[in-house]
Amino acid sequence: MASSIEEVRKSVRLYLMVFGALGVLTIVTVLASSLNVSVAVGVFVALAIASVKGTLVATYFMHLLGERSTLYWVLILAAFFFLLLILIPVMMHSETVHLIDQVT
Amino acid sequence: MSSELLPHTLEPHPVTGMYNGKFGLWLFLASEVMLFGALFSAYILLRTHGDFPSHEETTLNYKIGALNTFLLITSSVTMVMAWASFKLNEPSKGKLYLWLTVFLSVAFLVIKIKFEYLHKIHHGITPDTSTFYAIYYCMTGLHGLHILGGVIVMLYFLLPGFGLWRKNPEQFTNRIECTGLYWHFVDLVWIFLFPVFYLL
Repeated sequence: MASSIEEVRKSVRLYLMVFGALGVLTIVTVLASSLNVSVAVGVFVALAIASVKGTLVATYFMHLLGERSTLYWVLILAAFFFLLLILIPVMMHSETVHLIDQVT
Repeated sequence: MSSELLPHTLEPHPVTGMYNGKFGLWLFLASEVMLFGALFSAYILLRTHGDFPSHEETTLNYKIGALNTFLLITSSVTMVMAWASFKLNEPSKGKLYLWLTVFLSVAFLVIKIKFEYLHKIHHGITPDTSTFYAIYYCMTGLHGLHILGGVIVMLYFLLPGFGLWRKNPEQFTNRIECTGLYWHFVDLVWIFLFPVFYLL
């Protein structure tokens, strides 16, 4: 992460550029929601843009880029369990659809 | 308390490569990922199994949501600028950015409470109206409490806690960095809450 005085000075300009990118991506998110696409595509586009914004925040504002691997392992573990939590309802939904198909 | 009693308050720990407070804060954020992850999981479950209204059927105003997104993103920038200012030994500039962050956060909360919650409650839309509003109030309410917590911490460092800057500027800057990490996480959660509730 930016720790020396000179590095911090350089980072200030970068923070403002990231701010601009986040603002533009927010406008893109709103505009994309008005597109006439299927729900699945709409969800994918909105979450993809949100993921890019989240990555920008984590990488530059939270200085994740220059940290040591110890922290990455902690975050990978959290991300794994987060994905597991998200997958549970998705799997339940697929199972329900499968059962309904069998009944009908 | 001296740094001899609490090691690595300023210098990086050899294993983690960062001071202990910062690593502790990251561990806390990992637990927060789980907390919000469970709620996002509940949201997906309700959306796929429950009687969920389409985006057009809800009364959520995406313009208010977008404005709040802009306020939080701006507050993230002012927060990181506050840290950079303290790091560059410019405390008055740092304080100004921190006050700006507080102002933007309070603006977020006022808009959320006055123009969203109270407006909806006035029209009889409460958490027991539907599963959509139950999860909406739950997730945005918990997020709002996180904002409130952040505001309290920032006010502490701006008012009584600022004395630490005179005694130990480096430690004070580290604490601002930790506050910033928490704040950016709160912003990050909203980045996902906004499309999930207002646009999809």
